[in-house]
Parts: sequence; structure tokens; C-alpha cells
Amino acid sequence: MNAITPPRTAPADHSPVAPLRQRGQHEVFCGLTSIIWLHRKVQDAFFLIVGSRTCAHLMQSAAGVMIFAEPRFGTAIIEERDLAGMADLHEELDRVVARLLARRPEIRMLVLVGSCPSEVIKLDLGKAAERLARLHAPATRVMHFSGSGIETTFTQGEDNFLASLARELPATDASAGPSLMVAGALPDVVEDQFRRIFDALGIGPVSFLPSRASTGLPPIGPGTRVLLAQPYLGEAARALEARGATVLSAPFPLGEEGTTAWLGAAAAAFGVEPGRFDAITKAGRRRAREAVARHRAELEGRRVFLFPDSQLEPSIARFLSREAGAEIVEIGSPYLHRQHLAGELALLSPGIPFSEGQDVDRQLDRCRAARPDLAVCGMGLANPLEAEGIATKWSIELVFTPVQGYEQAGDLAELFVRPLARRAALKLGA
Amino acid sequence: MQLTVWTYEGPPHVGAMRIAASMRGLHYVLHAPQGDTYADLLFTMIERRDTRPPVTYTTFKAQDLGADTAEIFKIACRDAVERFQPEAIIVGASCTAELIQDDPAGLAAALALPIPVIPLELPSYSKKENWGAAETFYRLVRTFAAAAQPKTVRSMRPAGERSCNLLGPTSLGFRHRDDIVEVRKLVEGLGVAVNLVAPLGASPSDLARLPEADFNVVLYPEIASTAADWLKRNHGQPFVSIPPIGVGATAEFLTAVAELAGVPPPAAAPTNLRMPWYSRSIDSTYLTGKRVFIFGDATHAVAAARIAADELGFVVCGLGTYSREFARDVRAAAAHHGVEPLISDDHLAVEDAIIAAQPELILGTQMERHVAKRLRIPCAVISAPVHVQDFPARYSPQMGHEGANVLFDSWVHPLMMGLEEHLLGMFRDDFEFNDTVAPSHLGHSTAPAGVAPDESTLVVLDRPVAWSGDAEKELRKIPFFVRGKARRNTERFAAERGLHTITIETLYDAKAHYSR
Repeated sequence: MNAITPPRTAPADHSPVAPLRQRGQHEVFCGLTSIIWLHRKVQDAFFLIVGSRTCAHLMQSAAGVMIFAEPRFGTAIIEERDLAGMADLHEELDRVVARLLARRPEIRMLVLVGSCPSEVIKLDLGKAAERLARLHAPATRVMHFSGSGIETTFTQGEDNFLASLARELPATDASAGPSLMVAGALPDVVEDQFRRIFDALGIGPVSFLPSRASTGLPPIGPGTRVLLAQPYLGEAARALEARGATVLSAPFPLGEEGTTAWLGAAAAAFGVEPGRFDAITKAGRRRAREAVARHRAELEGRRVFLFPDSQLEPSIARFLSREAGAEIVEIGSPYLHRQHLAGELALLSPGIPFSEGQDVDRQLDRCRAARPDLAVCGMGLANPLEAEGIATKWSIELVFTPVQGYEQAGDLAELFVRPLARRAALKLGA
Repeated sequence: MQLTVWTYEGPPHVGAMRIAASMRGLHYVLHAPQGDTYADLLFTMIERRDTRPPVTYTTFKAQDLGADTAEIFKIACRDAVERFQPEAIIVGASCTAELIQDDPAGLAAALALPIPVIPLELPSYSKKENWGAAETFYRLVRTFAAAAQPKTVRSMRPAGERSCNLLGPTSLGFRHRDDIVEVRKLVEGLGVAVNLVAPLGASPSDLARLPEADFNVVLYPEIASTAADWLKRNHGQPFVSIPPIGVGATAEFLTAVAELAGVPPPAAAPTNLRMPWYSRSIDSTYLTGKRVFIFGDATHAVAAARIAADELGFVVCGLGTYSREFARDVRAAAAHHGVEPLISDDHLAVEDAIIAAQPELILGTQMERHVAKRLRIPCAVISAPVHVQDFPARYSPQMGHEGANVLFDSWVHPLMMGLEEHLLGMFRDDFEFNDTVAPSHLGHSTAPAGVAPDESTLVVLDRPVAWSGDAEKELRKIPFFVRGKARRNTERFAAERGLHTITIETLYDAKAHYSR
């Protein structure tokens, strides 16, 4: 990092207070829910959960009406007779996979996804994937990762998937020069915007992980510089580093400031002239600031309480406080990856209470006592809090909406304005 | 192992959760891994509940598995009792906790809590949601409405002064909220007092008052028949188990309730019952013989088949249920309607059966709504599982007289309106009103993207005979919703006669052969 570092960076020693760690009920999704967006991102992949009826029920409850479209995911439900003997379980899995691939012959990548039951009975999905790969190669690649609730929270499912993809990537040629890999599933439109900016900066070749097709997996090697587009990629970053790549440190591309710093990290790594960087990003920065400014009046001084959900919370809080003028009451996150968050934490004003993990009842007590203007929380809490008179923004939408980059900065702010605007608009009494 | 993208029922602990969420003063401590709290969304989003369901999850993680998951469970129990101050708690395990065998019953007993603790044994790998709900309700009734020892012989109050309980309505039940309003009206109209509605709205101490009623009314056998059986054996309470869905069933229900109450059945239908006249009026003539495929829980499927055949003049061309516990009732109804019963929880098998039956209307669950949309067949939802649109703001019971009115409207609405159907049969090539678009009263001007524009998706793939070009063209002149049936009949007709090519002649020969 050099001259391109954003001008408003706070001194590095302004890290927040030690997070509050409480052990109690976690009101969060498990990693299986990542499949809901991953199966759309990687279009020739099928995600097969090996789990229980609960897993299948979770997926259909969370994916709602998408089931109608015959989604590229499903559950192999473990039944009582499967639990009787493990050999039987592997045979059953082979049978289910054969039926599935016969029904969906266009599938090029089958992903076995571990669940709590499969982890607890120690069903070896790695071995199963190897065996199934032998049976179905070369038409279908078979991979595996765990999305179980005992090991993963919500977006960590994607982390584990990308980590397993990292091990599958082809190696770059020994003669290959530097290249940039953007890790973390992004909406297609955002991916295209970033690609245009990198092209204009002369950074390349650029690849995105996951790729849109499993047949187009990008190569990796010692010349690869990795920019994490999402804050929840601890395992994936480790796996990419194990392949020789270098992970660049940067805040995440939310808001004008985050996006500039994020792009700046890549520009610095590729030796882009500061003047050129400014020229290329100038228009985007201006548009982002203008778009956010339109919402600033509504958010300025508003007190926001963030419950843990996706690990995006510190970045969201940084955006809301620095660009929209909001006051942050508490930042809850399921997990704080200190190293990857260093860029974000440096930008947050010191003294904001953090909590890592959750005891939902005690956190609700803190939220009620603080009476925030807006609580960012999951859908299990949102309606009950609304009924108590606390405005909420349901947090899952932040994962399912294009919010990264300059052109989405205004949309990101608007997501938080909407519930407040709605409360002002409704003339319905309590 | 069963491959599935859709399951008709959740795991049994979701059934237990529905009972806990239905009641007041009851809390559920569920030993479950992190992530299982997704179930809260069913209540807060689908049912739009404004409070959190009374469930405390232990949400253990991998690092807890080493030693102390039992300790986590005990802490969760103690904290839940202290914080929520319930009258009683139920304790149990989800599918993953069942595997680690921490014994929630024993752990909770060891805590010596100051309130009753009801342990639940819900085998997650063999049973499902409705069974879990029925078992939980039964355990609660057993605990709180314990029989006197020694058993006393029950004597009913005098005829005309008797009261009953309404058993079965729960949270997340299909239209339970409005059904109980309607049924209460029916029962009280006979001069019978309602002693208690349970589980919906009842507390554990309320359950102790169950024996005060003279008899029970089981509205949803999937939930309440186990408890009603037990109440009959232990408190001598007889019960009526005719869900009053449809005009005929409602009449039978009233007769049966009147008999137990010792009062005369109602003399005449009430004035708000409009469904019989609507169904007799001439605009309903074209409903006659429409082929309908029915699938759902056993109670709603059997009731729907009767209404379809006897009250709307449809022909039942398929009938099935995912409720294995009540398969016998569905088999009997299927025999009555002359169709093969389909007892399955495999949504792919249900889809295959729909394709084979070629219905003009599907009455099913949320899943059949999906299938119907893909196959472009009109559909109405008659049973759980359902999504948020089937928890409407307006009053919309299925039971009783108003329920019959609701059913008429909601089942007839998806069908092509009569005049439009006639005109489509006369003029096939209109650029706006043709059979590749949805009925115009449903407001869509074009077929949804990605949906096949003709009946080919409706036909079994294995075609034994070939169609001549002319015959294929002639087939397209047959209205969309019966074309699949015509194609299949013609192919069967040709195959039986050893014909290799279907001509226009064959098409009309088959039509004459199968004409009804």
C-alpha cells in the first residue's frame, strides 16, 4: 500500500475494544444456506446435501418459491436403516448420485455437502467424493465441503466451498506473470463492473472465484494476487495461499471508501500510477458519494444495532458510520477474523462495542435497553422486534442483493433507509 | 437414503415446536446444533407471528462435541425456566442431537426444576412433523389431564347442557385460525358450549380442564386423534372425528355432534351457505366432468375428493396423501372414486402421477402448486405445507358453511372462465387469446418464460406410435387442457390395435371410442 491508500484511514492502533464473547443460543443460519446463491453462481454445478429431513426442510423454507424452478440442489435424506451400518450408507449415496446424474445429465460438477448428521456419524464424504469421481469422470467432477451448523455459520459455507475449489484449481505455467484473482461470489453485474475497472487500470489477467462454470476454473500459482471480495473467506484464503498465491490486505468493497481502498490494494500490488488510479476511479467515486448523499439525511445520527449473521457486519457498520453518518450501538458478528478485518477495524472509531458469537436472549436485552433507531437482524427476530416498536432491517438481504462497488453504494444505503421510510409513510397506528 | 428437493413434512421436532408455539405458558428446550433456529422463520415469516416462538435451542457447535453438550443443555434449561417463567417445559432433541444421545429427559429430570418437565421421544429418522405434533400433544394431555385413580364412571350432563372440546388446531396449520371460528359457530349454534380449544390458545393448566367437557370434537385427526383416543379411554369422553369440510361433511358433522349433545340436528341450512346454489347455477354446468387430481394431508385430501365429486361435479382422476398414518382412509376414498391411491412422500412420484393422470385441475399443497405451474395446469392449494400466501389476512376458513363458500371460489377461480373456454374451442389462432397464454381473467398476457408452450410436457415420453403431420395438426385444434388426455387416449387406442401411424381418422376413431 502506498499513496493510493484512502485519505481518511485512521491510525492503525485505533482497534476496537476486545469483543464481548457470550455462549448461548445462536440465532443464525448454518452454512448449508450458502448453497442458495452458490448454485446460481456456478451454473453447471449441483449441490447435494447429505443430511437429514431437517436439512431438506431448512433449504425449502429458506429458498421458498425457488423450489418451483427445479433448483440445482437437493438433499439425500439419511433414514433409519442407513444409520444401521456405514457400508450401506456409501452404497445408498452411490445409488442416489447415479439417479441424480441420470436425471440431470448436464451437471459437470457434483458437490457433496456435509451436514451436522453426516459430520456427527463421521460419514467420510472425502472418500465418497473420490469414489464417485472415479465412477463419473470425466463427465462430472465430484467435490465435497461441510456446510454443517456445528462447523459453519451462514456465509462460512461459501468459505468452505471456495477452499475446496482452491484445491481443484489448475496450476499456472511456471513462466506465468502476475495475475489477479477476486475471491468471493459476487452478483454478475458487480463482477462485470469490477472487471471493467481492472481492465482500465491495466491490471490483468483477472479471474473470479467461483467462476460461472466449473469447466472454466481459473489457474493459480505464485504469481497470483488474491483480492477477497467478501470478509468471510478465512479458510479459502488459507487454501489459496497454500497454492502459492498472495492474499492482498484491504477493506471490503462496500461504499465509496471501501471500494476505493479495495481497488487501491490491487492497484498498489500491480504498480498502477496513483494519477492513473485517480483518473480511472474518479467518476465512480463521485457517483457513489452522490448516491449515498441522497440518503444521508435519513441515516445521519441514527443509532444502529447489528446482530450477528454473515460476518459482513463490521464492513456494514464502517460504511454506515463513515459514509452515512450513523451511530453504531453494537456490532455483532458470528466470527471475527482479525487479520482479514484489519483494514476495516482501522477505519472504525474506537470504543464501538463488538460481540463475537451470541447469546441471543442477552443480546436482545441489550438491544431493547439501547432502543436503537434500526436493528439489523435475521428474520427470526425481525417481526418480533418490529412488534416491540423497534425498526429492523432483515440482514439476509445484504447477501442476496448487489451491494458492492461504486454503482451499488447508493443501493446499499437505501436498504437501510427503506424500513425507516416505510415507518414514516404508514398511517396505521401502532 | 431418499433424494429430495422438497419434503411434505418437516422433522418431528418441528411438530413439537408447532404445539409449543400454539400454546401459552409452555416452553420448549430443544437440543439442536447451530442453524436449526431456521425453524423460527416458519412462525415469524410464514405465519407472520409477532413474537418469537417459545423455543430455546442449545445450538451446540463442533467444539462443544468433545465433552460438554450435556452441560450446555442443562444451562439452557435452567436459563429458559428462569427467563420465561413458563408453567411447564417440554424437552427433546433434534435429529443431530438424537445421534449424540445426551438424554435430554434424564438431564432435565436431574435439574429438579420447580415446574413440570415433559420429555419427548421423537425419532427423527423415521417419523415426521405431524407425528411429532400428535405425539407432543398426546404427552401434554396425558400429563395435565391425568385420569382419576381409581377411574370413575363418567356421566354426561343432561341433553342440551353438554359441552365439548375442539381438538387439533395448531400454529402453522392450514387455515386453523379461521376454521375454529367457524366450527365454534356451528357447535354453539346447536346449543353446545365449547369448553376448551386446544392446543391453539390453551395453557398447560387449561389442559387440566379437558375432562370437564362431555365429549370431544377432533378437527384435525393428524394432530389430535391420539390424544382423543386417550381421553376416551381414560375419561370416557366420546369424540366426533368428521372434519366439517364441504357441505355434506358439515351436515354429517352437525348430525354427529347433535347426537352426542342429545339435541336435534339443525333443521335447515343457514342463509349464508351460498355454495350449493352457486354449484347448481347454470354457469357451473361446464364444471361437470372436469378431471381433478387431489393430493395433501389425508384429512384435506379425502374431504376435497368428496366435495369435488359430490358438490362440484368434477371427476376425481387421482387421489393421494403423504400422511402414511392415515393411508387407510385415503385408500378407502380412492376405492370409492375408482382411482389408484397414491401414498407417497416423494414429490417426484406425485409429479409422475399427475403427468399420467392428465388432470384439468390440481388440488394440492405448495409443491403441487409448483408442479402445476411447470405443467401449466390450473391449481388451488387445499393442504399444508403452504407458503406465506396461504396465511391470508382475510377470513378464509375451509370448514363449515363459510368454508364451503371459500372453497367454491378458490377452486373454480383457476379454471378458464366458461365463455373464454368456448371461444378458444372455436377460434384457435387469435393473436391474444390462444392456448399458449394463461386464462385472461388471471391477467397474464404471455406464457411465463421457460415454460413449454404446449402439452408435450404432459405426455409420457415413451411413445409407441408415430403421428402423421395432419393428425398432429388436428390434435392442436383440441383445447389445451384436454389435449394431453386426447393424445394419450389416441396413442393407447392405436397401440391396442397395432397401428404404427396415427392419422386424422385414428384420432376421431379414438375420440368416438372413449367418448364419455
